[in-house]
Amino acid sequence: MAKIKYIEHNGNEHAVDVQNGLTVMEGAVQNDIPGIDADCGGGMSCATCHVYVKEDWYDKLPKKELGEDDMLDQAYEPKSNSRLSCQIIVSDELDGLCVNMPEKQV
Amino acid sequence: MCEYAGETSLMIKTDAVIVGAGPTGLFCAHQLGIIGLKCEIIDNLDKIGGQCIELYPDKPIYDIPAVPECTGEELTNNLIEQIKPFNFNFYLNDRVQELIQENENWLVKTTNGKEFMTPNVIIAGGVGSFEPRKFPTKSAEKFDGTSVLYSIKDKTIFKDKSVVIFGGGDSALDWAIELSKNSKVSLVHRREEFRGAASSVQKIKELSQKNMINLFTKYSIKDVKGNSSLEEVEIKNENGESKKIKADYVLGFFGLIMQLGPIAEWGLNLDKKVIPVNTENFETNKKGIFAIGDICTYPGKLKLILSGFHEGALAARGCFKYARPNEKYRFEFTTASNTIKDRLGIK
Repeated sequence: MAKIKYIEHNGNEHAVDVQNGLTVMEGAVQNDIPGIDADCGGGMSCATCHVYVKEDWYDKLPKKELGEDDMLDQAYEPKSNSRLSCQIIVSDELDGLCVNMPEKQV
Repeated sequence: MCEYAGETSLMIKTDAVIVGAGPTGLFCAHQLGIIGLKCEIIDNLDKIGGQCIELYPDKPIYDIPAVPECTGEELTNNLIEQIKPFNFNFYLNDRVQELIQENENWLVKTTNGKEFMTPNVIIAGGVGSFEPRKFPTKSAEKFDGTSVLYSIKDKTIFKDKSVVIFGGGDSALDWAIELSKNSKVSLVHRREEFRGAASSVQKIKELSQKNMINLFTKYSIKDVKGNSSLEEVEIKNENGESKKIKADYVLGFFGLIMQLGPIAEWGLNLDKKVIPVNTENFETNKKGIFAIGDICTYPGKLKLILSGFHEGALAARGCFKYARPNEKYRFEFTTASNTIKDRLGIK
């Protein structure tokens, strides 16, 4: 279990407990947090669960797999701290993770 | 038979209209054909196959039952082969715009002016229609379609012009290479690595060394400027540095996004971007409108191709009672039924 903070582009914050093994994307979708669309359902093939990870956390996360950056090329306003939230798997180590949502996903 | 033919020669009367020519729509067409119904298939892409062909034609798929491995393209080709005996019509590069209820039928109108009269509409539209992802910059909207473009119809307009291309995939690389022959090309990409074919990346690097292409990596768009016509594009990197590039045209190749589009206007119940259905025949809240594949939702829904096949098989049976109200649907196996073999043209 990890407490994850999702910050909408307008500044609204949502802190929720997410079970280990779920993805950060699923944590948002299951808690009806706006700002993450996840059109493809977690298959790393749509770039609509794009988030920015605060710098201090970015380096602590497991590295991106092959293909994630290719999808991020197609995301809305990608930056160097961009991730696809469907590729971040929640564990106890992620307790306190904070992600910011882009202005929009599509 | 064709009672509407007198009213308008364009009107096509059929048992079912399938919206979307991806694997789910294709197999549903097969199931309609097997039970003796006719259908017409509409898709807004220029080719058959949906996400399989647009997003991952070369990527292997490993979870089609009894097919250990196949690519999106192979799966599509096999599905096309499987429905060949039925000679169904495809309407590509077209999009269903309106659904209008007329007694027991639906009048289906497309962007290209086609009209269908049918008791059944099967929405197999994936997550909607593919549209190019556009620049996030507001100022780009002003020139959208004139000098800010997301696809190329006529490459001769770029001759001797300054063209700034954004993107790191094959479309961006291929057009940068092609246009560098007759135009002043700049290529801008947000990182050092490109996802296009290795040979194209190599070619881009060679052209860059020969100053045939101006290459800007780790840059993204900041602004486009111009009064009556586009004059320059400003790009920025993450250190806050920006550069200005003279531009007659700006091209963006950021892949495709899926938009629900007109489907949202058809009066269907929606749960975010998907359509709730029953699991008996995948009918929506509207009689005679079915939704199958990625676009439908129900408890336990899995967005797998195999689920779409199952949903299409049941939706086809659901169509039968509206298409043949005076007949009783009879379940038959393809292995045993001579009627089905006739429909498949098997001697």
